[in-house]
Amino acid sequence: MRAYIPKDDVQAKAYYTDRYYVAPQVPKSEVETDEVFASDLEAIKAKFEVKEAFIQVEQMVVYINAHDIYGVLELMRDELEYTQLSELSAIDWLAKDNTFEIFYQMLSMKKRKRIRIKYFIQNGQAVDSVEKLFRSADWSEREMYDMFGIEANGHPFMKRILMPYDWQGHPLLKTYPLQGDEFASWYEVDKIYGKEAREEIGPEIRDTARVDRYDSQRFARLGFEVPKGTEITGEEERNVDSYQEEEGVFLIKKLNKETSKIIDDPQR
Amino acid sequence: MAQIKNRLTPFFENITFDRDDNELILNFGPQHPSAHGQLRLMLHLQQEMIVKAHPDIGYLHRGMEKMAENMIYNEFMPTTDRMDYIASSSNNYGFALAVEKLIGLEVPRRAKVIRMMLLEINRLMSHLFWLATTALDIGAMTVFLFAFREREYLMDIIEGYCGARLTHAAIRIGGVPLDIQDTFIAQLKDFLDKLPQNIKDYEDLLDTNRIWLMRMEEVGVIPTDMALSWGCTGPMLRASGVAWDIRKEEPYELYDEVEFNVPYSDKCDNFARYRIYMEEMRESAKILYQTIDMYNECVEKGETELMAHAPKYVSAPKLDIMTQNYSLMQHFVLVTQGMRPPVGEVYVATESPKGELGYYINSQGGPYPYRLKLRAPSFWHTGILTDLLPGHYIPDVVSIIGTTNIVFGEVDR
Repeated sequence: MRAYIPKDDVQAKAYYTDRYYVAPQVPKSEVETDEVFASDLEAIKAKFEVKEAFIQVEQMVVYINAHDIYGVLELMRDELEYTQLSELSAIDWLAKDNTFEIFYQMLSMKKRKRIRIKYFIQNGQAVDSVEKLFRSADWSEREMYDMFGIEANGHPFMKRILMPYDWQGHPLLKTYPLQGDEFASWYEVDKIYGKEAREEIGPEIRDTARVDRYDSQRFARLGFEVPKGTEITGEEERNVDSYQEEEGVFLIKKLNKETSKIIDDPQR
Repeated sequence: MAQIKNRLTPFFENITFDRDDNELILNFGPQHPSAHGQLRLMLHLQQEMIVKAHPDIGYLHRGMEKMAENMIYNEFMPTTDRMDYIASSSNNYGFALAVEKLIGLEVPRRAKVIRMMLLEINRLMSHLFWLATTALDIGAMTVFLFAFREREYLMDIIEGYCGARLTHAAIRIGGVPLDIQDTFIAQLKDFLDKLPQNIKDYEDLLDTNRIWLMRMEEVGVIPTDMALSWGCTGPMLRASGVAWDIRKEEPYELYDEVEFNVPYSDKCDNFARYRIYMEEMRESAKILYQTIDMYNECVEKGETELMAHAPKYVSAPKLDIMTQNYSLMQHFVLVTQGMRPPVGEVYVATESPKGELGYYINSQGGPYPYRLKLRAPSFWHTGILTDLLPGHYIPDVVSIIGTTNIVFGEVDR
């Protein structure tokens, strides 16, 4: 029987986990333990619903509702002095409960504090673009769309950024195959030569270190090189590199031992 | 072999003529020598002035975040080298620090000092490389040769330490793998003693150079608002009037024990950025002198530990592995299965030579990170070209790309 592989998460798995292993937690502390964070949280709470807030590794994490994001970031930028949006991306929880977790990493240079704003969206739901508040979100949201397929409403140019425009699939999804992606392996051949040329050209070898261990013929045929895919008959003509003197390759001249200087000392 | 007919549509030398207005669309890159990597710019021109710029990236995309999700933590370390390959130890360090914060490790003091030395050497290497390539783009070949000569000394020092010149992988989670070699400090001192004169040489060549000034002054002005909004960090932000250096404001390692200044300028143009790179080299040298003293102190006090003692996460020293059964077992598990950090998430920002290098790690208690986001400064420094280039002329594009100091290993990841 074939081993069952879950289709909703095809990423590498730990090959062994002790059945009694309970993973420890990174310690969380109450927001009240830090004055600056406490007052910031009060200001957010006064206007928006906060689902959860805590401090983890010196930074405050605040969970809000998805539709509040523009308002919260506007409040943070204009009133709480969080002037920079350092980072914005998503986490794929589709296998667990069909949601994405979105995080916004905010930085206040005046207070020397960092806050992470987070919320959950359902699969297929779009987020509100914050590109009007922070220009850096322009590229971040495009990257998020490229990698996860999460669209941002109100974004001026919602196109892929890292992958080609006509790429299929979103690479950072846990369902995205690590190997055996047919579209990916034929992408360039299909685009440049068409599907009918597949047999003639063969799949692209993405592993550049790959050596075909059974190919003992095409390897190191100096002077008798053959193009890929040709049958080797053993009667190939020798490819003679002709010299400049024989109207061959420019600047490749025959060695004249009398006029050339020969360096004997290898250390020179 | 017979040629296979392809479907690529022919185009006329990078330029399209199919519009009625005077707008010309110029395709710049992705293989342009002054693009510093695989940057493609689509520039809409009115005469020689750019009216719209559209940077296109992704030509070096290797999916590092995806790779990280399928690797154990220590396995990912050499991959980080390939982000900002001009200063790869700073990437190693950012990742190591993020994982250490996640599992709550305290690194021995001697390892911290060595890390600081490596980080500052990397900063110098990066800044020298920046100066060399930017000067070359503007046409100052001499500066290129001078700066590469100095960078070569630093590469030799690093090579002596870890065996690699470009992709160092010189830092481990929990410390550093090796002590510095015997000649390290002497070599470094030699270099540092010469550096002020070298920097002065560059400045003599450039500071009052008419061509340099014309290409740099009042070109590529990034107002403070724009820099903040676009997420600019590092020299890009400091040249726009914000004195924000993570080493100073949120000190990591022993940066709170060393004395250095944070140069900044409110000129906001290319020349300000150039000045900041030069001043930062001086500050790095200052820090390096202090770390040499700190290292000597560690030697005097007999602090020999280089890796943190945390059997659950970090392998024991080689001697223990070879002599003690439990250490060997622990090492075996850590190499084959990998460490399992606690469940939680962390975002750690460090000041890499280019700006704020951040690692966001979400761990679900497994040997692989559940999500790892790399926040590379160059990504936004490329994005800002969208708003920065309009209004400039074609030759300015080259000097602006030069002073943004973008590295495409980092932009595309």
